[in-house]
Amino acid sequence: MFRFILRRLLQMVLAFFGTTLIVYALMFAGQTDPIQALAGERPVTAAQRAYLTEKYHLDQTGVGGFFYRYFDYVRSLLQGDLGQSLTGRQIGDILQQAWPVTVKLALIALAVAVVFGVTSGVIAGIRRAGIFDNSTLVLTLLVLGIPTIVLAPLAQYFLGVKWQLFPPTAGAEPSFYALLLPGIVLGSLSLATALRLTRTSVAENLRADYVRTARSKGLVKRRIVSVHVLRNSLIPVVTFLGVELGNLMSGAIITEGVFNIPGVGFNLFRGIRTEDGPLVVGFVSVLVVVYLISNLLVDVLYAVLDPRIRYE
Amino acid sequence: MSDFETVAATENQAARRGPSGEPGTPDKIGTSHKPRSLAGDAWRDLRRNPIFWISLALVTAVSLMAIAPGLFTSNDPQDCVLSRQNSGPSAGAIFGYDFQGCDTYARAVYGSRASLLVGALSALFTGIIALAVGLLAGYFGRWVDAVLSRLIDIVLGIPLLLAAIVLLKRIGSASPNARITAVIFVLAVLGWTTAARVVRSSVITAKEQDYVAAARMLGAGHGRIMLRHILPNALAPAIVVLTIALGSFIAAEATLSFLGIGLKAPTISWGQDIDTGRIHMRESATPLIVPSAFLALTVLAFIMLGDAIRDAFDPKLR
Repeated sequence: MFRFILRRLLQMVLAFFGTTLIVYALMFAGQTDPIQALAGERPVTAAQRAYLTEKYHLDQTGVGGFFYRYFDYVRSLLQGDLGQSLTGRQIGDILQQAWPVTVKLALIALAVAVVFGVTSGVIAGIRRAGIFDNSTLVLTLLVLGIPTIVLAPLAQYFLGVKWQLFPPTAGAEPSFYALLLPGIVLGSLSLATALRLTRTSVAENLRADYVRTARSKGLVKRRIVSVHVLRNSLIPVVTFLGVELGNLMSGAIITEGVFNIPGVGFNLFRGIRTEDGPLVVGFVSVLVVVYLISNLLVDVLYAVLDPRIRYE
Repeated sequence: MSDFETVAATENQAARRGPSGEPGTPDKIGTSHKPRSLAGDAWRDLRRNPIFWISLALVTAVSLMAIAPGLFTSNDPQDCVLSRQNSGPSAGAIFGYDFQGCDTYARAVYGSRASLLVGALSALFTGIIALAVGLLAGYFGRWVDAVLSRLIDIVLGIPLLLAAIVLLKRIGSASPNARITAVIFVLAVLGWTTAARVVRSSVITAKEQDYVAAARMLGAGHGRIMLRHILPNALAPAIVVLTIALGSFIAAEATLSFLGIGLKAPTISWGQDIDTGRIHMRESATPLIVPSAFLALTVLAFIMLGDAIRDAFDPKLR
């Protein structure tokens, strides 16, 4: 177990340096004149140039200089200093403001996935090959196959604009009601996956020996399902939902952009459109770290929850 | 981002459906004299599967659309006249005109070309990388496998959409063809891992077979054994995974174009049209709905096709 966590941690560190190196190399290095790129169209005075060269260690050339600046970037990233966006605001401040909204949205999406996905997954797993099972399978295939860029605008149009069941967009300080439709859209993918996972796992466990034992002991079906089967079946689902929470927090770019929710994804969406390089890099770096850490936690959680799984 | 990864992750689950997993009924064995091959069995299953035919028809239709869009519409998608902005369906344009006064239907038809080109070429390059990595890792085992498997783990740990954003932002303003190449490159570089794992596991199973030992005893070299005896075993599962991946790549390309970092203006793509349609949805919704429907049907068709083929080839999974 300890060795597994250690190995997984090592892997994460490698992935962290790998991705940040790529991010850094692509965004900042290889520019012909980074100072001019920073200033845009405005002319740069010699004093400013000297100051920026000093500040960003641009006088160091070659491969050594590149890594020097890269470690500079990683250090400030780890210290939480993400620099300034092109609009002059501190990226850390923007992130701080956006984070709670995104967490709220992700929790709504997760709740939707758990309530509907797990419940229907259990029902479908028990009544395997029935009408309910087959129709949920078709439905989930549709949900999994339809990209979010189709689902989100269409939900916004039909439910928000045409039939006016939900507010079509959320503004600053969105209410729970305004976040509900985007939460459902965002959660639908996780819902479909959670449903399928629960279904397979329940159906597999129903055939296990211990279920037969429980049945022959004369236990009622309700108890067999809710105590024996469910406890074992939910292990993969719980771990999946853990990964999903990480995904939802970083993956809401489209949904937040379409529904105008001022969260992390929305800022990234806008940063891409307004070509705000520093903002995009800062946000992507943080999101990658969140993603890597949530993946690590889930892997460890999986090994803890299921003692049958032993990683050497 | 979660879209592509969840689609890929659920594929395994998706395959495990259908009625109970009891072994095949034995009474059918005696009826036919000639033993059927695996492919023959699979084909017999596929022939009776309506989903297979529906998705195959959709895939054929959209491929034909990409090769010869002129067969489906006689209007020019670039012929935009502002005076007919958002005007409704007419004899000339069955879905009316969009915000810029372009024929909505013609744009959707011509949009299939870029999507399919990106999807197919990404799947092709993904396949090449996956086959190479999977073959080497599975065949040689030991440290080669250790190194390549860790590489797979690391690439799998990189969130696709975020990485694509960074990689593509670097391209800046480039010619349309350079953008298409860049998108294909990004998707191939980030998307080969699932297929490589599938290839690796089928290579590991295949290399233990007697005929591989026989070939080795007859003096065949590593290269010959890999290419002639092991590769054919890995090919069928790889093609199935790649068919599904093709669908996800099309979705990924549309998402990138939607965000404004994928394909850009002179190239017509569904992602961009969905984005412009979305902005003007209050004035007219057809320019949003038509490309959305084209995109969703195409992606679904590839995913369902791959799913159906896998179910047929791998009865164990049901």
